[in-house]
Amino acid sequence: MPLLELARGPALAFSIAVLVFGLAWRLYGILRYPARVDYSEPRRRDLAAGGLRAIFAKMAPPKNVKVRAAAMANAYAYHLGLAVVVFGFAPHIAFFERYTGIGWPALPDALIYVAAGVTIVGLLIALLARLTDRVLRLLSSFDDYWSWFVTIAPLATGMALLPAPAEPVAVAIHLLSLELLLVWLPFGKLAHAALVFVSRWRTGVDFTRKGAAV
Amino acid sequence: MNELDFDTPRFTIKKPAVRHDKQGDASDAERSAAAVHAFLRDMTRSAATYMESCIRCGHCAEACHFYVTSGDPQYTPIWKLEPLRQIWKREAGPFSWFHKKLKKPIDSNRLREWQELLYDSCTLCGRCTLACPMGIDIAALVAQARRGMFAAGLVPHELWAVAERAEREGSPLGATPRVLKERIEWLSDEHGVDIALDRPRADVLATLSSVELMKYPQSLVALAKILNRLGESWTFRSDGYEATNFGLFSGNLAWQRDMTLKLVDAAIACGAKTLVLPECGHAYGAMRWQGANMYGKPLPFRVLHISEFLAEAVRAGRLKLKPMQGTVTFHDPCQVSRRGGATGAPREVLAALGAELREMPPAGDASWCCGGGGGVITLHRADEQRYRAFEIKMRQVESSGAQRLATSCSNCRLTFDDGQAHYKWGRKMESLLELVAGSLAAP
Ligand code: SF4
Ligand code: SF4
Repeated sequence: MPLLELARGPALAFSIAVLVFGLAWRLYGILRYPARVDYSEPRRRDLAAGGLRAIFAKMAPPKNVKVRAAAMANAYAYHLGLAVVVFGFAPHIAFFERYTGIGWPALPDALIYVAAGVTIVGLLIALLARLTDRVLRLLSSFDDYWSWFVTIAPLATGMALLPAPAEPVAVAIHLLSLELLLVWLPFGKLAHAALVFVSRWRTGVDFTRKGAAV
Repeated sequence: MNELDFDTPRFTIKKPAVRHDKQGDASDAERSAAAVHAFLRDMTRSAATYMESCIRCGHCAEACHFYVTSGDPQYTPIWKLEPLRQIWKREAGPFSWFHKKLKKPIDSNRLREWQELLYDSCTLCGRCTLACPMGIDIAALVAQARRGMFAAGLVPHELWAVAERAEREGSPLGATPRVLKERIEWLSDEHGVDIALDRPRADVLATLSSVELMKYPQSLVALAKILNRLGESWTFRSDGYEATNFGLFSGNLAWQRDMTLKLVDAAIACGAKTLVLPECGHAYGAMRWQGANMYGKPLPFRVLHISEFLAEAVRAGRLKLKPMQGTVTFHDPCQVSRRGGATGAPREVLAALGAELREMPPAGDASWCCGGGGGVITLHRADEQRYRAFEIKMRQVESSGAQRLATSCSNCRLTFDDGQAHYKWGRKMESLLELVAGSLAAP
């Protein structure tokens, strides 16, 4: 089977299956634990609203608590950049549309190139920080470096497709690198794409009951 | 052995000549098995979520006074939980079947190595959660980890000694029922104030921290004056008065429950409608938020921190106060404000006092911990890092520009007094309760 066909067919199906079942298994591994039964008299009862509030509030930098400002700015930059590239680039939208029938207007190519550049530079800076900062070095393990690699790989292989027209082998490599990311996502820190909602929600619910600060 | 130290501003046992930071004679394997069991026994959905959610971004480090004042990466909040993360991954996480093949069970020596991180360098202040983009409640996990450490017999010498004394004598600092009775008689005579003890029926059960009884007895007088002025039907009870809970700090759930249930039983015995907690931060967390869970059902009475009680009285127009002189800044006890949700109460009281409040930046929910909570002040070997952490507090107070400073936690007050003596700092921490009692307007 030619590589592109493999990447577009069985490899894609496999990676999506691993993504879905892996994430489901990881969430089950957490949610199977009982929520704490709390008999204390709640200060507030709008717990679900509190969960949602925490999800949104933590999208902004914390108030009154100093964090690593440069690292946080960089994190905003590469998260946004990644979102723009994944969801705004015309060939990506065409790809989604082919499989799901759902499409949307694309962003101008020039903007995509800027976003991709920002994301790649941002990820390189993040790696440099991880390798040099004493706190990050202590906290880091295989997961952190491998997750970094599988994130930057599709960006790099995607950049290699420019300028069009692209070689089928190069397209296949780009797709396979994306599939590598999808396969790894449920097992390492990239699962924060889903866990961020669960974790903030839990804190929001538990803390709102007490009226405590998130 | 383990004689109490009454001579220094801080309050604990005398510095042990030889430290015993291991309890019992269990083998290493038994210790690790006990730690694993205790840690996993308390696993809830929130804790499990947190164990899976850290993205290793390091932001929490900047929120922790122990990291900020030392620059030592091992004080990064989430790093304090590293052995637990390993236990979780290997024994109970979603991919434990895989990790079991890769990793050996946790070694008790590794847990012993982590004792300093879990006890000496975490005040359970919860400031790191504010910085964490995932909202991980690290303080709650540290408390859970301490339960594992207690089960393994790996509690620091002083904390174990005071917790054991609290369980045996009813108070961590020698405030036995006999001492309580004697002190109350003495304080009543000395100050000419009626301090109710062991009334069979009362609407309000007053409780205290033994730090107050032994170190700041004027707090009891202040409380009595206010309750008498309000015309409350109230009492202290010698069968349930000690609101500090060293079961919680040390990580012994059974002791924590015993200590809580003494207060619950005393409140029920006198038919109290309200249990008023003293100026103590962790007593608030232990009773207001964990009390009913220790009891196993909702409590048949309300639980209020003294600052909330005072704020309610102010709001209802029941407490008339003379205006206070000068400017004041308020130090938020972490367990009452940030983690307890009662940040507004002391500010309402200060407003009623007519005080010009000069907040120290940052104040309220984001305020820095004094460095002595979570049992840290009892540990001699943590002194150096505690004093370093206290430097932040001194800077905060100075930058507020206020003439006076007040708090609503006797443990914070103790930490301030000790820090003040250490640095020969010309500031004196005052008690909100005592400020109110000193400003009662003539009836
Ligand atoms: S709870 Fe407070 S002391 Fe403990 S790690 Fe977090 S910031 Fe540091
Ligand atoms: S801030 Fe939160 S997510 Fe980041 S390292 Fe600390 S605990 Fe982990």
